[in-house]
Amino acid sequence: MTTIPLGHILLLAAVLFGIGLAGVVTRRNVLVMLMSVEVMLNAVNLTLVGFARYNGWTEGHVLAFFIIAVAAAEAAVGLAMVLAIFRLKQTTYVDELRLLKR
Amino acid sequence: MPHVTGEQIVFYLLGGGAVLSAASMLLPPLGRNPIHSAISLIVSLFFLAGLYALLSAHMLSVLQIIVYAGAVMVLFTFVIMLLNLGPDELQDTRITPGRVAAGILALFIFGKLTTAIQLTTAGAQGVDLSDPSYAKFGTVPEVGRMMYTTFLVPFELISVLLLVAAVGAVVLAKRSLKYVDQVQQTPAAKEFPPADEDGDAHDAHAHGGGH
Repeated sequence: MTTIPLGHILLLAAVLFGIGLAGVVTRRNVLVMLMSVEVMLNAVNLTLVGFARYNGWTEGHVLAFFIIAVAAAEAAVGLAMVLAIFRLKQTTYVDELRLLKR
Repeated sequence: MPHVTGEQIVFYLLGGGAVLSAASMLLPPLGRNPIHSAISLIVSLFFLAGLYALLSAHMLSVLQIIVYAGAVMVLFTFVIMLLNLGPDELQDTRITPGRVAAGILALFIFGKLTTAIQLTTAGAQGVDLSDPSYAKFGTVPEVGRMMYTTFLVPFELISVLLLVAAVGAVVLAKRSLKYVDQVQQTPAAKEFPPADEDGDAHDAHAHGGGH
């Protein structure tokens, strides 16, 4: 049995999730927004690992591994899109990407 | 505080480090420059790898460093350097009503999460990992065995997803896509001529975006 309270692990994950969420909704640089999404995914991973530790289920680690794989795929596609958009508009600011508005 | 164990001290140190470096990714001194943000995030990911190790997730701890800090973040730093984003590119430190509302929303969701955690984790007792039945908990052979037995189908699907993502990234980042060329013919896009071969915006402006 571990001496770290489960609530503190989950609270830490919630703090990290909140930081990531605040970054996504307040920052307007698409690269920083993508990085904030990574922080949110890591917070979820920490939750999975914490519950796995408390219940003794290795399944949680496999799920966290899947999340890491999906995050890698998301980062690759997202950054490729950022490159394509930058080539078109010379900016990484979401406020200036309003092609559909015209 | 009844009795603080070494495990707890390490947990709070690693957790505090992860939160501080994640926050410095967004807040002004470091958050102004995207490359500093990326480095803060790498530090945060290393702290999280330490936390995974502390929670007996050996396999995940190593994967976190190899995949996240090693592959994903290298991709991020490469893109930031390729786009040549300097601190002058970042002028979004002003506070707008939309931003305040967004921050309040983030705080609200965090508060709800905190309440849910307090309600559900009261009196939770962890399993005893020194028990022989948990001897292989979180180790590489055990996680690997589970990946190739219980989770075989999702595991194979993930490989398909990664293949699709890799092909999609190559197609998206390729130069001279047909639809991009079409959009560039519109008057709106003419004020932003296409970037130079190395994607450097300022050079493109200097010599007319020629190849």
